[in-house]
Amino acid sequence: MTAMLNVRDLRAYYGQVQALHGLEFDLQEGSLTTLLGANGAGKTTTLRAICNMVRSTGSIEFEGTKLSSRSTESIVKLGIAHVPQGRGTFTTMTVEENLQLGAISRKDKKAITSDIDRMYAHFPVLKQRHTQQAGTLSGGEQQMLAVARALMLRPRLMLLDEPSFGLAPLVVRDLFKILGKINREDKVTILVVEQNAQLALELADKAYVIETGRIVMSGKADDIANNEDVRKSYLGY
Amino acid sequence: MSALQEIVDTQPIETTPKKYMALGNYASIVVVILLCVAPLIAKNFVIFQMTMVLIYAIAVLALNILTGGSGQFSLGQSAFYALGAYTSAILMEVGGVNYALTLPIAGGICFIAGYLFGLPALRLSGIYLALATFALATAMPQLLKLHYFEAWTGGVQGLVITKPDAPFGLPLSQDMWLYYFVLVVSMAIYVASVNLLKSRSGRAMMAIRDNEIAASAMGVDVALYKTLAFGVSAGITGVAGGLGAIAVQFVAPDSYTIQLAIALFLGMVVGGVGWLPGSIVGAAFIVFVPNIAEHFSKGLSGAVFGLILVLIIFLLPHGSRQIAYTVQGWVHKLRK
Amino acid sequence: MELLLNQVLAGIATGAIYACMALAVVMIYQAIDHLNFAQGEMAMFSTFIAWQLLQWGVPYWGAFVITLALSFAGGIVIERALFKPLGNAPVLTHVAGFIALFAIINSVAGLTWDFTIKQFPSPFGSSPFLGSQLISTHQAGMIGVTLVLLLLLYFFFQFTRIGLAMRAAAAQPESARLVGINTSWMIALGWGMAAAIGSIAGMLIAPVVFLEPNMMGGVLIYGFAAAVLGGLSSPFGAVVGGFLVGIFENLAGTYIPGVGNELKLPIALALIVTVLVVKPTGLFGRAIVKRV
Repeated sequence: MTAMLNVRDLRAYYGQVQALHGLEFDLQEGSLTTLLGANGAGKTTTLRAICNMVRSTGSIEFEGTKLSSRSTESIVKLGIAHVPQGRGTFTTMTVEENLQLGAISRKDKKAITSDIDRMYAHFPVLKQRHTQQAGTLSGGEQQMLAVARALMLRPRLMLLDEPSFGLAPLVVRDLFKILGKINREDKVTILVVEQNAQLALELADKAYVIETGRIVMSGKADDIANNEDVRKSYLGY
Repeated sequence: MSALQEIVDTQPIETTPKKYMALGNYASIVVVILLCVAPLIAKNFVIFQMTMVLIYAIAVLALNILTGGSGQFSLGQSAFYALGAYTSAILMEVGGVNYALTLPIAGGICFIAGYLFGLPALRLSGIYLALATFALATAMPQLLKLHYFEAWTGGVQGLVITKPDAPFGLPLSQDMWLYYFVLVVSMAIYVASVNLLKSRSGRAMMAIRDNEIAASAMGVDVALYKTLAFGVSAGITGVAGGLGAIAVQFVAPDSYTIQLAIALFLGMVVGGVGWLPGSIVGAAFIVFVPNIAEHFSKGLSGAVFGLILVLIIFLLPHGSRQIAYTVQGWVHKLRK
Repeated sequence: MELLLNQVLAGIATGAIYACMALAVVMIYQAIDHLNFAQGEMAMFSTFIAWQLLQWGVPYWGAFVITLALSFAGGIVIERALFKPLGNAPVLTHVAGFIALFAIINSVAGLTWDFTIKQFPSPFGSSPFLGSQLISTHQAGMIGVTLVLLLLLYFFFQFTRIGLAMRAAAAQPESARLVGINTSWMIALGWGMAAAIGSIAGMLIAPVVFLEPNMMGGVLIYGFAAAVLGGLSSPFGAVVGGFLVGIFENLAGTYIPGVGNELKLPIALALIVTVLVVKPTGLFGRAIVKRV
């Protein structure tokens, strides 16, 4: 079985500073994978490198297409939705405009309208607030909106950068439940970067652990969660 | 949050290492000797042009102190230049004051005007300051035309000034005398400026230029030094304006439009932002290039200025300083 | 009373032009966070193109449309050739770029069409509007054309996908790229539209101030004043600012003794400095509402 996303020998740089040192991993179609690691390990950089938002070398292939020479926006159009750190919602625009922007690269008007309704079904709170400025939503609501906006692309792969950041534990549970549902029902492959390892491992079926720009461990999420040594030395719980 | 921050690759051209503000000793002596000897072998009109180069060099230097020294922008230097020019002209023609005495007065008045303009400008940074000064430069000719002041300013017509003779019966032509007079004034201003930037105040200004917040945290009185930089810059520009009026023997509102502000700005960029010796290179540029361009077609100089500015932005972001470095590099190689 | 009404209406008419210039400035400011000091020169150049077309016998509205199209294309070319390569260069470099553009356009216009003033026709004539002495048909036309333009722009930004994409790209470029918007072309489009809007301002004001290479200097300063007054981050504010500044200018000229025409530019200068110092965000500049 060939993987949906192949990452080989990925090196990324911020100016003179190298942040990734030959990262390699695969994502299987339909999987829900998590990338774990401490602060500064290179998790965010990995996601940014996939979308070509940071200078990098090496090869990244998505369904056989090389991504390295493409612009961010054309990578997105291949069906890769990226929910960045800090959510990246358009704070000065309404909730509904945010959802429309999520589908801006699609042409099928009718399907877009029905997708917006589908998002309101997934996230009822967004429907209540659909004319409100996104910046006035609570943190959890904004994260819901960010996920919904990403789904509006009808992505084949969704990248999430620390979706739990700054949210109350209950809200995080809700959010992760929804992510699991999206993965199962909508067949969206998901890669989620997390510092909250415990929660992420409950959700995911596969996990990679990254340290100072290298993958140091990979395996089934359950195995990693159950391996006390790994937990203590890398995940800190 | 990731610990890494994106580092911008482009080098900001306004930052200049402090020690490169001035020329070395040998280079300075060579330049001074050249400037002293040159008029002895030149024709009168060329001497006049060289006088103008020195005058503009003072004005460009003033802008350099403001932008290179304290990191503030000004597209409105023409306004202070005009103020200085009119002060000298009115004092000479209406008040009968000796031309040399009008210069400190012009400088003083412009210092006060610049300081006052610097007060509101304090709250403005970067692009907003550029906007406010751009508006100042555009509005200035109209202020000079005001009919209330017509008795002194001559309104649209302007004022004609008599050229001073060499004193003590020195056997010098008017042009030659004026050249040496301007040379002395400009060298005095240059030396004073280098010392100013080397002094405590200069370091404070440059600290503000590099990082305003850090500077204020270190106890630098940001407000004081920013306004002071504006005042000093305007004052020096005013002296240049006064000298310019004497050299041209004429002041009129339309001599001091936004075009002059553009020329001075260009002079700074050509010379190298923050590199004081570059001022004379920039000044030579803004005096001679239009002459050559207008020779071919009236109105061409703007286009030439613009194109050269574009070329410098892309190819030579540090202006003449970059060339000076390269030459210096060659000299070092040759010695070895 | 009639004088007051007359001056207010005349103020609204010139205010319409300031509104257009302010809008053009704000569009570019939104796109790249820099003020286009050459906006006035671009508008002047467009107006010369229109004048040339009229000289060649093209009917007014034909020339109007062709000028719009050429200005739009010209704006895009300028962005691609000069400002896209500058990218994230420091403010000083950008200011130098705008100054260069200013000098080049001004000089090329002078070289091509020389510096003497030219008559520019009004398609509306200059008879009293609807038999009223309060306002001329040209002034009414200025207001009318501007209102139509504003309406079209409102619909464009509020109800079209590309308008939405442009707003997104201006507000949060990185997020915009992440939903698949080509932000680089949105910036170019913003330049094109700004150039086109500016050209309308130029063609409408030219019958009043006469056509010559320096005709837009004062208008641009008022456009800046309007943009600053309304708030550089708000297109709506820029328009309101334009009308307010226009009315203010006329009333000040009429009622403050000794101001008249002589102090128009200093008034604009004072306005800019005052607003920037007292309320740098302007009347409608958005302090972003945020809750985390």
